[in-house]
Parts: sequence; C-alpha cells; structure tokens
Amino acid sequence: MHNYNLNHLEQLESEAIFILRETAAQFERPGLLFSGGKDSIVMAYLAAKAFAPAKIPFPFIHIDTGHNFEETIAYRDSFIKKYGIQLIVGLVQDSIDQGTAVEETGPNASRNALQSVTLLETIEKESLDACLGGGRRDEEKARAKERFFSHRDAFGQWDPKNQRPELWNLFNGKKGPGENFRIFPLSNWTEMDVWQYAKNEAIELPNLYFSHKREIVERNGSLLAVSEFVTPRPNESPRVETVRFRTIGDATCTGAILSNATNLHDVISEVAASRVTERGSRADDRRSEAAMEDRKKQGYF
Amino acid sequence: MTVQNDYLNMDLLRFTTAGSVDDGKSTLIGRLFHDTKTIFEDQLEAIEKSSKQRGDEHVNLALLTDGLRAEREQGITIDVAYRYFATPKRKFIIADTPGHIQYTRNMVTGASTANLALILVDARNGVVEQTKRHTFIADLLGIKHVAVCINKMDLVEYKEEAYQKVLTQYTEFASRLENVTDLNFIPISALKGDNIVDRSDNMPWYKGPPLLYHLENVYVGSDSNHVDSRFPVQWVIRPHSDEYHDFRGFSGRVAGGVFKVGDEVTILPSGFSTKIKKILKGNEEIDEAFHPLSVTFLLEDEIDVSRGDMIVKPNNQPKVSQDIEAFICWFSGTKKLNKGGKFIFRHTTKEAQAIVSNIRYKVDVNSLRKLEDVEGFDMNDIGRVSLRVSQPIFHDTYRRNRNTGSFILVDPFTNETLAAGMLR
Repeated sequence: MHNYNLNHLEQLESEAIFILRETAAQFERPGLLFSGGKDSIVMAYLAAKAFAPAKIPFPFIHIDTGHNFEETIAYRDSFIKKYGIQLIVGLVQDSIDQGTAVEETGPNASRNALQSVTLLETIEKESLDACLGGGRRDEEKARAKERFFSHRDAFGQWDPKNQRPELWNLFNGKKGPGENFRIFPLSNWTEMDVWQYAKNEAIELPNLYFSHKREIVERNGSLLAVSEFVTPRPNESPRVETVRFRTIGDATCTGAILSNATNLHDVISEVAASRVTERGSRADDRRSEAAMEDRKKQGYF
Repeated sequence: MTVQNDYLNMDLLRFTTAGSVDDGKSTLIGRLFHDTKTIFEDQLEAIEKSSKQRGDEHVNLALLTDGLRAEREQGITIDVAYRYFATPKRKFIIADTPGHIQYTRNMVTGASTANLALILVDARNGVVEQTKRHTFIADLLGIKHVAVCINKMDLVEYKEEAYQKVLTQYTEFASRLENVTDLNFIPISALKGDNIVDRSDNMPWYKGPPLLYHLENVYVGSDSNHVDSRFPVQWVIRPHSDEYHDFRGFSGRVAGGVFKVGDEVTILPSGFSTKIKKILKGNEEIDEAFHPLSVTFLLEDEIDVSRGDMIVKPNNQPKVSQDIEAFICWFSGTKKLNKGGKFIFRHTTKEAQAIVSNIRYKVDVNSLRKLEDVEGFDMNDIGRVSLRVSQPIFHDTYRRNRNTGSFILVDPFTNETLAAGMLR
C-alpha cells in the first residue's frame, strides 16, 4: 500500500505553486514584488518551479528606498540574471523628487512608509493588475485576515471590512477598471516553515541572514547597522558585534540580532528557541499597535 | 524539541473553531498558543499594554487574536482569521471563525478547507441552537472529524454529569449527520488549562486523551479521494526556447486519485485518449502524482489541451452536465438570490455562466427544517437550488470529492463572490 501523505512543507509548496499559476492564468500583467528578503526569495524560487522549464512569465518589481544593504542588491541582480527575469525598479527617490512623497524628518525618519507611494505609482506606470507579495499571515495581527487574493480599489487601498470570502481553492480575481490585486502565495507559511524549506531545498540566501561581524548602534531597542544611512548620534556609541538579520528591509529600520548562527541549521535552532517574533526587531512596527493595519490600508505590501 | 530533522516527518492539520459568544474560544486559542510556546514575549508585552489601556483587570488573551482596530473597538471578531502553531508532530492551521448568527458565511468559508471542526460548548449551558448550527455547517461542508470541547468545566466543579448531559444531547441530533464519521467529546477548562496539553487531575473520570494529543493524532490521511483520478488543467507550459522546442506541459494540482507515468488518460471535453509520458514536479521527474500535488504532465500524443480542460482515466470519468443540483450558501448582504438570476460560475479551473433554474428549498439552520416555497435567498441562507450552466461541467458530488464538487458564484457586475456551492 502506497503512502499518499505529504509533509507540511510539501503541502505548502504545492499550495503556493497553485497560487502562482493561478495568478499567471487569471491576470494580464502580474508582477512579483522582490525585495531580496527571504520571503520574496522563497516565493521567487517557487515561481521558478511553477513554470519550469519555461521562464517565469512575469517581471520582478523592486521598490527601492535607496537605503539598501549592498548584499541585497548583489543578490537581486544575480538572481534575475540566473533566471532570465525582467526587473522593474521603482525608486522612492523619484517619488520624492516629483513631490508625490515627502521625506520624513526627525530623529527616526525612515523611507519605509514612502514605499507605498512608489509602489502605487509603479503599479500605475507599468499597468500591473496583480502584484505577488511574500507576506505571511503569521507576521503580524493585521495580516491574519488577509486573503490569498487581496482586492485593492482604484486608489490601491485595502478595505478590511469588504474583502471577498475565499473558499476551497477557488480564487476570484475578477476586477473593475483601475483595480488590482495583491496576491500572497506564502499566506499559510510561518517564519519557521520558510527557514525549513530554504534548508531542505538548499536555497541560497544573502549572507546578511547569517552571523557576521558588523558595526551597530543601539537605538530604541533595535540594533541598527551603521552605514551612510544610519549614522551614530552624539549620545550613541557604535560598537562591533556578531550579528545576523531575521528580516531584511530598509536599512534604516531593520534591526539585527546578536547571533552565532552561521548556517540554516543553526538559524532553525535559534528561531525555535527564540522568545521574540521576527518583527520584534522591525522599528516600523513599533510605532503603534495598529501601525501595520494603517500602512496596509494606504497600499503597503 | 527537535527541530532539525524531524520536521520532515511533520504533517498538516487544518481545523476550524466555532462557538457561541462567550464560549471561551479566544481563551482556548490563547491557551493552545501559550502551552505550545507560540506566544512570543513582544506579543505578550503588546497585549499586556493594551489590556491596561482598556482597563481590563487581567491580561486579556482574546486581544491576541482580535486583529483589526475596528474589531478591537467593537470588541467582536468580524471575519475569518487564520492562525498557526506547531508541535514536533504537526503544523496546525486554524480558521478562527466568529460565532455570531450573522456570520454563517464566515463559518462556511473557514470550514471549506478544514479537516476537523472544533466546536465549543459551555458546560453550564449544554447544547444550544448555535451548537447545532455549527455542527450542521461542518457536516454540510464535508468535515469528517468533529471535536466537541465542553469548556468551563471548572465552573461546574469538574462534574461528570455536565459532560454526560452534553454527550447525550449532542449524540441525539448527530445521528442525522451525513459526513461526520469521527466524533469526540473532550471536557476542558481553557482558562485553567485542564485537558489541553496534559490530562487533568480534576477529572479522573475522563479516560480519553487531552485536546492537543487528539489534534496531533487524529488520522486525516484517508480523507482525500485517492480513487477517482481528476486533473483540472490550470496552465499550459510552452518554453519557446531552442532547448525545449516541442515542449508542451500541462500544469495543475491533482484534484483526486493517482496518476502514474504510462497511465492511459482521457482529455475532457475533447474525449481524446493518450498516455502520460512524464510527470514533472518543478524540474524533477517523478513516477506518480496524487492529491494535492502541483505537477506538470507531458503527454505521448500532441493533443490540444487548455486551461479548464480535465485529464481523467478512461474507465473512471466524472459526471458531465450543464444542469446541476447543488446546496448553496448565499453570502451577499446587498443582492438576493432569485430564480432566473445570472452569475459567473467558477469550478475547478473553469469559468462559465450560470442561471438559477429552480429554488428548491431553504434550510432553517437552527431547527434544521426544510422551508419550501421560498422566493429567494438572503445573506447567510443555505439551501438547495438547480442551476443551468453555459457549458458542460466535469464534476463529482461534493461528498465524493471536495475539489471537483465545489464552486463559487460571482456577480458579473460588481465581481463580488456571492455564494459557495456544493454539488449533489
């Protein structure tokens, strides 16, 4: 008698591939939001699997705050070269120059929230009707009710009270003029699933995710990497620590954690033992309890 | 806990939770998270702070699950939320649905992907109308495993009588269920942690397993249909490259049964037959594919196959018809379902038009009585209808196969999802 059971990673993989193919089939011009973070890397890897041996049939979109880790950009460029993907970059700096986005001022200024403006402008400019994102429902409370196919009105806004029910594997991607969708193939994955899958599939990740020595400053409880975008203030004393990142976003708000984990095996052990969520190191979520919900309504990822 | 290698032996259980208001559902989920170490320090800190701001006397675990600000302000849950936790044995996906009567559609949504329904009963109140409604919906949606948790046992001094009373009341109406074959009763206290992870010393008369043990071990492997081979074609892969010049792959997710390399297959609707030459999972060749794997088939002969077609076995074919009978649950609060109504019909990977040719009856979800001679359906109504579809639909009964027996109706003007349907 055969064993027709799949383990949890195989089931999640199959589901994500189904969503990726459904996106290609139901939309005219989808794009994949690729930030160089681990979730978007796993999603891109799954997209390569979903359409093999053909190329991924849609472009990658990078909403670039200009405040990047150089490792992220190097990884992005080698990935798109390897898989022969078209890359569209939306620059937050362009939105600022046009006056559609206004740079934050003050001690904790970040371009993180401005990404929403640039994303919506890129969607319009490129006539994208669906954007695949690596968001997971376990990340944050406001995401727990997010759909696989998340409808956005002509202003790019998310109305949490008026989302379409999703039943079985039947996804409704119908839309009116100017409306679009955000689609989240990794909805049912947890942080641990992503790490385990990456290990099991031997997916190469940027070395920022593994332990290394780096100059950091401690600010509002986060360990921020010192760079041209994050400079120590008079009362701060930068120091070199052995750190890694659990999430990678804009360099001004992505906190590092002290860690000796040098490979995925160690990372999995560390995450299993951790008592703090991965977003606990994200300064952008610390602003208020409903911070993520507000950003999502305005068109955030 | 070992996390390094054992995770490859973990499987997945999807369950839905239902209970009336104040049955302690949020507390139970908070308890499961707490006892499986799923709550993190920063989350606990955040809800401690909110509890204090709201003036709650103790840390309100329900805040952990009430996600949106609108909900927190109103103190109710308005939509299905998905939550995750894992033990070394299993990963769990909870579809957490609110219990209010007006949210039947949410429970239908949550139940549509669940293997198990966890139904909460307050030990002081016993089986109430909502318990029957939740059970009816779980059964209608084809859930085979139901765990009835008799909660707040601490408030009835952990007495066996309260448990026995629920068991008797519940078994009485459960005899009418069609799909539920595995029914368990577990006396718990979510607040105090009795019979959640460990067997409770307060209830030595209960001989069954605690809740978490049951969730970890309930066998759902035989719930999938591995008999009737069904492959709805989702996407056609044509690389347009020199290396793969004549390559044509038919991608999709196996909706039932098993397909092996060399199997003879028939393509619907054309009726042409051929053999499976190769099965690909990503770039890797595999020998066989079964539900719910996403794969790509290469066929021996060049046949025109496109999205919406179905690959099946010649000696086991689905029903093919334009006239279908179904149970539906109506979701829309602004639009009514009426005889003659026209909708977009989405089934497997196929899209068509459908007209309501007859409304047979509505079910009163509280008394479970049939109401005949009804004019139309309003939000949260459930009942039997006949539909005429614009093209032949390849289907099985929902009872036999959830994937080929389910559909949704979409509004052709607003694009809203209006109804969920289960084929008879």
